[in-house]
Amino acid sequence: MLAKLMSLFLLGLIRVLTGSQARWHGCPPKAEQRIYFANHQSHADLVMIWAALPQELRSVTRAIAAKDYWTKSPFKKWLTTAVFNVIYVSRDRSTDEDPLEPLFDALENGDSIILFPEGTRGFTGEPQPFKAGLYNLALKFPKVVLVPAWINNVQHVLPKGEVVPVPVLCSVTFGAPMQLQEGEERRAFLERARAAVVALRDV
Amino acid sequence: MYYLLKNLTATQQIGALFIIVFGLLLIASATVFLLSVKDHGDDERAERMRKELKSVDGILRASWVMVLVFWISWVSGDWVALTLFGLVSFFSLREFLTLSPSRLGDHRSLVLAFFGVLPTQYWLVGSGHFDMFAVFIPVYVFLALPLASALANDPLRFLERNAKLQWGIMVCIYGMSHVPALLLLSFPGYDNRNAFLVFFLVLVVQICMVTQHFASRQLQQPPVAPAISQSFNWRSWWIGIAVGSLVGALLAGITPWVPGTAFAFAFIACVAGSLGHFVMKALKRDRGIPNWGALGQSTTGAGGLLDRVDALCFAAPVFFHSARWYFDI
Repeated sequence: MLAKLMSLFLLGLIRVLTGSQARWHGCPPKAEQRIYFANHQSHADLVMIWAALPQELRSVTRAIAAKDYWTKSPFKKWLTTAVFNVIYVSRDRSTDEDPLEPLFDALENGDSIILFPEGTRGFTGEPQPFKAGLYNLALKFPKVVLVPAWINNVQHVLPKGEVVPVPVLCSVTFGAPMQLQEGEERRAFLERARAAVVALRDV
Repeated sequence: MYYLLKNLTATQQIGALFIIVFGLLLIASATVFLLSVKDHGDDERAERMRKELKSVDGILRASWVMVLVFWISWVSGDWVALTLFGLVSFFSLREFLTLSPSRLGDHRSLVLAFFGVLPTQYWLVGSGHFDMFAVFIPVYVFLALPLASALANDPLRFLERNAKLQWGIMVCIYGMSHVPALLLLSFPGYDNRNAFLVFFLVLVVQICMVTQHFASRQLQQPPVAPAISQSFNWRSWWIGIAVGSLVGALLAGITPWVPGTAFAFAFIACVAGSLGHFVMKALKRDRGIPNWGALGQSTTGAGGLLDRVDALCFAAPVFFHSARWYFDI
């Protein structure tokens, strides 16, 4: 109940602050298993892309969040589990467990996921090089559709380190689905995926 | 018309006006609908007609929304009206600042503008602090916001960034807040009918703009400043002003004035509004966009919100302060 209210509140808030426009440029919103990957500049990114999805897709689309940061306080933990139902991944490599294991589980369950392959929030307009996670997922789940997305302007809403957001019109542009080519190398694929995200900036 | 309107009671006036306005809108919408289903023979003409109708449809829809907003604020009192205009300010400032990109150092001043200056300005209007609300932004905010930006320690394009923010606040908050401020002016012998004054201002300005729009389409005169606006020319400007002012004179019955004075005030509002709209066009060209709203396509689906209200933002302060100065209230 509280989580439902919170999600309604956040949806309303993001709409008032950003207009939350979704632009489906390369593909329509569709109930198939997908990995959305996007640039990452602000905490609002997650809410933004989540609000841009149609309601019936929201419940089966789960975002990835860093375990150390998002389980630090009880509120953060509640927000990410009860409201967003995120998948936690740990950023430290101390354990033997594959950090992508939780993602494999989610994908095997049939969930779609939202991934920010840069790993952390960037400061500049240009996205940082992508981490290998996207490649590993694409390799292991070739049937899942990979959809690039560009989140525009959100860094102005809530820059890293600020608490009060300001209203700025933002949009999420979804591009044409891409696929891992036969025998494509990791570096080449990640570079291509990054280029696909950046290309959406100007459409 | 004048005596007819003047002798009605306030409630009857409201009723009569809404019947007239909603009636006109209904007729216009019905005509557009009938034209849109009519067969136009060859394809090329049909295509042209379709485009024309689409733009008319946008204007009509904006007018419908405006009138509905007024009606709501009317039946529910001053504070609701203030909140509604506050929201319009908020959303148009959002549009304005989206297209004037800021740097990270501006974050604090933007927060102040949206969540400090805007509510304070509307509160000052609502509580009737007239002298304060007229100077609050030009005097106090003018110092406070650049200070917040300067403390962020980022000198790059400092003047430009602050000028943009200042302009956005002047147009979207200061200008817009003068529309509901009309609700609180007290003219002698004009008891509690100030909502009519707001209605009067909005209606004459909107009629002036629409007339000017159609006149420039029909006349095809050479534009005055083609780099700024392809459609702005003096002849259609005059036509717009004349029609707007005449409607103002006709509506004198709902104002505290005789027809001559109402004509003069409508004239002032129309001149300020249409020229303000032209100035905003220059700003849009500077940003390289056809209209406000996100990335060329807007939130409303037909031009941005600011495109619809910018004339009002310029007309309202001029109208308000002329009336206050002239009648010494």
